Amino acid sequence: MTDVVQIRDLSVTFATDAGAVRAVDGVTLDVHAGEVLAVVGESGSGKSVTASSILGLLPETASVGGAVVVTGRDGHEVDVATLKGDALRELRGETAAMVFQEPSTSLNPVYTVGWQIAEGLRAHRRISKKAARAEAIDVMRRVGIPDPETRVDHYPHQFSGGQKQRVVIAQALALNPGVIVADEPTTALDVTVQAEILDLLRRCRDEFGAAIVLITHNMGVVADLADRVAVMYQGKVVEQADVRELFAEPREAYTRQLLGSVPRIGVGLARAAERASRRSPEWDAAAPVVEARDLRIVYPGRLRQPDFVAVDGVSFAIRPGEVLGLVGESGSGKTTIGRAMAGLTPVSGGSLSVLGVEMLAAKERAIRPIRSRVGFVFQDPATSFNPLLTIAQCIAEPLVVHGRFRNPAAARGRVDELLEAVQLPRSYGDRFPHELSGGQRQRASLARALALDPELLIADEPTSALDVSVQARVLDLFDELHRELGFAALFISHDLAVVDMLADRIAVLHRGALVEEGTGARVLGDPQDPYTQRLLASLPVPDPEEQARRRAEWEAMRA
Amino acid sequence: MATTASARPSLFQRLPVISQVRSSVGLQRGMLIAGLLLTGIFVLTAIFAPLLAPYGFAQLRDDDGAFGALQEPSAAHLLGTTTGGYDVLSRLIWGARTALYVIVVAVIASIVVGVALGLIAGYFGGWLDRILVVVADALYSFPSLLLAIVVAIVVSGGQSSMWGGILAAALSITVIFIPQYLRVTRAEVVRIKSEPFVESARVIGASHARIMTRHVLRNSTRTLPLIITLNASEAILTLAALGFLGFGIEPTAAAEWGYDLNRAVSDVTSGIWWTALFPGLAIVLSVMGLTLVGESLNDLADPRLRRRAAGGEPAEDLLAPEGDPGSGDGDTDLAEASATPMTKEGTV
Repeated sequence: MTDVVQIRDLSVTFATDAGAVRAVDGVTLDVHAGEVLAVVGESGSGKSVTASSILGLLPETASVGGAVVVTGRDGHEVDVATLKGDALRELRGETAAMVFQEPSTSLNPVYTVGWQIAEGLRAHRRISKKAARAEAIDVMRRVGIPDPETRVDHYPHQFSGGQKQRVVIAQALALNPGVIVADEPTTALDVTVQAEILDLLRRCRDEFGAAIVLITHNMGVVADLADRVAVMYQGKVVEQADVRELFAEPREAYTRQLLGSVPRIGVGLARAAERASRRSPEWDAAAPVVEARDLRIVYPGRLRQPDFVAVDGVSFAIRPGEVLGLVGESGSGKTTIGRAMAGLTPVSGGSLSVLGVEMLAAKERAIRPIRSRVGFVFQDPATSFNPLLTIAQCIAEPLVVHGRFRNPAAARGRVDELLEAVQLPRSYGDRFPHELSGGQRQRASLARALALDPELLIADEPTSALDVSVQARVLDLFDELHRELGFAALFISHDLAVVDMLADRIAVLHRGALVEEGTGARVLGDPQDPYTQRLLASLPVPDPEEQARRRAEWEAMRA
Repeated sequence: MATTASARPSLFQRLPVISQVRSSVGLQRGMLIAGLLLTGIFVLTAIFAPLLAPYGFAQLRDDDGAFGALQEPSAAHLLGTTTGGYDVLSRLIWGARTALYVIVVAVIASIVVGVALGLIAGYFGGWLDRILVVVADALYSFPSLLLAIVVAIVVSGGQSSMWGGILAAALSITVIFIPQYLRVTRAEVVRIKSEPFVESARVIGASHARIMTRHVLRNSTRTLPLIITLNASEAILTLAALGFLGFGIEPTAAAEWGYDLNRAVSDVTSGIWWTALFPGLAIVLSVMGLTLVGESLNDLADPRLRRRAAGGEPAEDLLAPEGDPGSGDGDTDLAEASATPMTKEGTV
């Protein structure tokens, strides 16, 4: 088999404010023609930098050592590491192309998609406008965009996220390159759309004969699509193997750990059963902490635009000590419900009672008394701390606001206890938020939410910005704290497997409506609603054999 | 080095301008240092004017008798004398003091008012915000010098004592600057207001006053040093323009460069260069110094414009996150070096 890309002893060093940083250190990799090579690793492992070097897309601050030899379809070999200017431009698109993570920002909003696909053609060949347009229509049809003759003149905002990613892939395929670098191509997409894009990428390999370098952190995606896997850690390739071999018997400790921390559906059932067995029989009769009846939340439209109904007719209840997992894709209204429970978004209709306070038309003054009884963990640990306060000051904030202590210094004792509860060393209290890693920050965020011993905790995608191994630790911590403190919780996530680990009951939201609600065993084991079934079927599992079977099922369901 | 990067720099090194000098390289560093030098000379001259100036700013004679008008530069009068018989060098040095007073008063007054209004407008929004922004826009649309002249007349009422003149000039500049501070602060506050850490303060139950002062205000003042330096140079120009147009300070009340330039207009045609050149140079150099500092700070504040020392071989691996916990504290977050972790799903 021929190699389209040969990376030899690649090292990339970035000049930063803190001095030189080595992002990639002696990486040697081969990409065979017509295969999907998955490069997996956590953030900072150098996987994106390695892949960008195939197209010479590194920023000016990078200095590159080693060789990246790319072979075109005509057998012409070039070393990208030494290429500059015109030669590099010739390579891009023609020999190697790129698919970016975020389809909504990788397309220019002021040009039609047809123009953007044709732009690559016209940059490389002398081709008339008409012929370029015809080719653009052709490639759009081949990536599965319906009615390409009219869609070709549409602008990016007229496409959905999944279709935009199809357009980006069409752009990459337009010049029929030998290798496509796909940098987290499905990370920004919903699970059901992800399955379709993965299917398209598989067709890129089978029908277009392109080799794909797939960069991802999602082991399910790897199991679904990859032929071979390279695991990167701290700028080095720690293991390279065939996908089945890697999942069946990983050699390196790091790979084993990585695979072990991927959440799998079904793990949480035992935990939920164990929790249920500890509850007293009269628990069922206890007054719910949160009760929503026909909850409706509307975002008022701007001038002449209709109102946007984010949540409509949702009813659920959370009883003391119970964890309700709220699952849905982006735009399903799950975050809106969480925000409404915290009084951050006004309720427009129905009824939402939190700890006995009716949130419908509630004034800030009415909500304030329950503030000390509700904790909130935000999605993005990078922005949920005031960057100018130390961690200890941030955690002390609720204690000071509610008058438990006069100032942050006086609250330090309690803060230290909280830090220990979330398994952070006491000394971390004196650090500033940016000096902590994402996982540590999210643990500090948990400490802040639990500072006042709340009866209700709202966690809005607390782990979706974290790497998988860090996510596993944060989830374990959450479970442990829940067992000790016994708060009721709303756990919001887009990931069924994550919700399954923690939740007693699971509620599935689809376009603002609650389509299914029940115990984890019921919803995941025997889903009744077609949407839940689709959601479950689209979720790639980190096991190539199992995933191949599920994929066949999914295709049957789609047909 | 991982060790120095994780150690907190000393307070001195974290001071606004000092930290920028340390982080800059090449041309940017040269510009910043040149600006700092010029500004430093200007400020020192202003502070030590009584020691540096050979004569008083309104002095016409010494023990040897009157200076005489339009004397050429000589040992007694290093830069010559003016039409009115004043010593040019002395007026130059005392003029720095007047300029500094005006800058300090104008900048402090406009910051206090502008930032407070911007904070309130941005945080609460609604009708108050709209009215303040409209008023600010209306003030913007006035030619600034015209506005300054009107305010100067209102404040001084035709009188021109030293402090009367300084306050008139400073307040007229304040009126022009307030909209700038208001707009910049408001824009920052509107951005900061929707950050999760402000929302988290709301969820905690903090009052509006606490959120505004503790969480919003300090995070929205990052661009102020830059506007202050740029405004300071504009203040000198406005003061000089007022003086040049005759709305400034009487020569007996204080020395003022714009007034001296005005008096020197007729001299230039008759070949007398020293009366116009030196006050003009003083204005140009002090404005240039402040502008250089401001522009360099602007470039250095933006990571895309900031130049860095070329990347050499790293002395040791920096793959661990900054402020690395190190080993032995029971934490082994894997390679979580990224300061801005990828968001694996957008917010709903």
